[in-house]
Amino acid sequence: MSDSQGPLWEVFVQKKAGQPFVHCGNLHAFDKEMALQNARDLYTRRGEGMSLWVVPSSAIVASSPEDMGSFFEPSNDKIFRHPTFYQIPDGVGHM
Amino acid sequence: MEINFEELFESKLAKNDFIEPKDWMPENYRKHLIRQISQHAHSEIVGMLPEGNWITRAPSLRSKLVLLAKVQDEGGHGLYLYTAAESLGISRDEMLDALLTGKAKYSSIFNYPTLSWADVGAVGWLVDGAAIMNQVMLQRSSYGPYSRAMVRICKEESFHQRQGYEIMTHLAFGTAAQKDMAQDALNRWWYPTLMMFGPPDVESPNSENALKWRIKRETNDQLRQRFVNQTVVQAEYLGLTIPDEKLKWNESKKGYDYSDPDWIEFKSVIKGNGICNKERLMARNKAHKEGEWVRAAAAAYGKKQQESQVAA
Repeated sequence: MSDSQGPLWEVFVQKKAGQPFVHCGNLHAFDKEMALQNARDLYTRRGEGMSLWVVPSSAIVASSPEDMGSFFEPSNDKIFRHPTFYQIPDGVGHM
Repeated sequence: MEINFEELFESKLAKNDFIEPKDWMPENYRKHLIRQISQHAHSEIVGMLPEGNWITRAPSLRSKLVLLAKVQDEGGHGLYLYTAAESLGISRDEMLDALLTGKAKYSSIFNYPTLSWADVGAVGWLVDGAAIMNQVMLQRSSYGPYSRAMVRICKEESFHQRQGYEIMTHLAFGTAAQKDMAQDALNRWWYPTLMMFGPPDVESPNSENALKWRIKRETNDQLRQRFVNQTVVQAEYLGLTIPDEKLKWNESKKGYDYSDPDWIEFKSVIKGNGICNKERLMARNKAHKEGEWVRAAAAAYGKKQQESQVAA
């Protein structure tokens, strides 16, 4: 709850063109325009970014910390997904 | 397989891992954080008042612009911290209510008045300096959202301290009357600033848990000592005298010996008997009441937007 504050939004900032959007915090706002304006005022007062995303917190689906182990386990035994798994013969140059 | 959540929590602390909002945490850890983070947020918001007092009377356009930007930052810091506290399950309305009814505490320092322009300098130099010392430590706090808020805040605070020191520099190297003003501000702000680090370790009720849970990484006295060590040389450069006759370099501890602030006064200010406690609470209540129509309008607008979306 927080009736007088409006719903919660998550804020993502892109520092420079071409870079990924990084989560930087959250804020309350009553609609998307207000969320975007508040995000600008709150998170980019010092040129921290050149592009912003605001996303309703309720729209975010997150993995649960409790089943962190089992959820990510399938990746542990697939070492062949890493380039270091393979041997490259001498003399073929950089690969 | 049954997971032992408490063990998992302890092992994360032991590995210096962060605790995140959805992680299991002991109820007292949650309570401790809600208290500490909301008080921290309240301090940022109430902290806007003593400085705001000088915005209309700043001696130049430049200093007015700088002070406005600084006070706006403090408001932003309050917002970062409120959302960090909300991630622990308390609402903004509950926290604001606790502040406005006087149930919640905020830093005792903001119950002292800013009597002259030099006080704005002293607040930036000393009060923000002390706050940074505390907040740099809190960047490594075990609760993820608190730690991340601190990283952002610390980035912004160093401008605050430097602008304060700049004001002190102008006054200290100005006319004799200006230098007196700077000295007077230092005299009045020195001990209240030392109080900001909290009671001495031997009588600090909350320190033990805070250290055990790595919410804090250093004790009140350690931080206070570091602040004194760092500040003495800055006062010397200004040609100002720290109002402490016992202040003396102690080679064996590689730090200064210094006098304790008046802890009876500290307790009395926290209980509500400081010079400005009533004024600060009245100002916050007035602002909240006068902003009522803005909140109501925003909520009505939000509701209308939602309805038109459903209809579309």
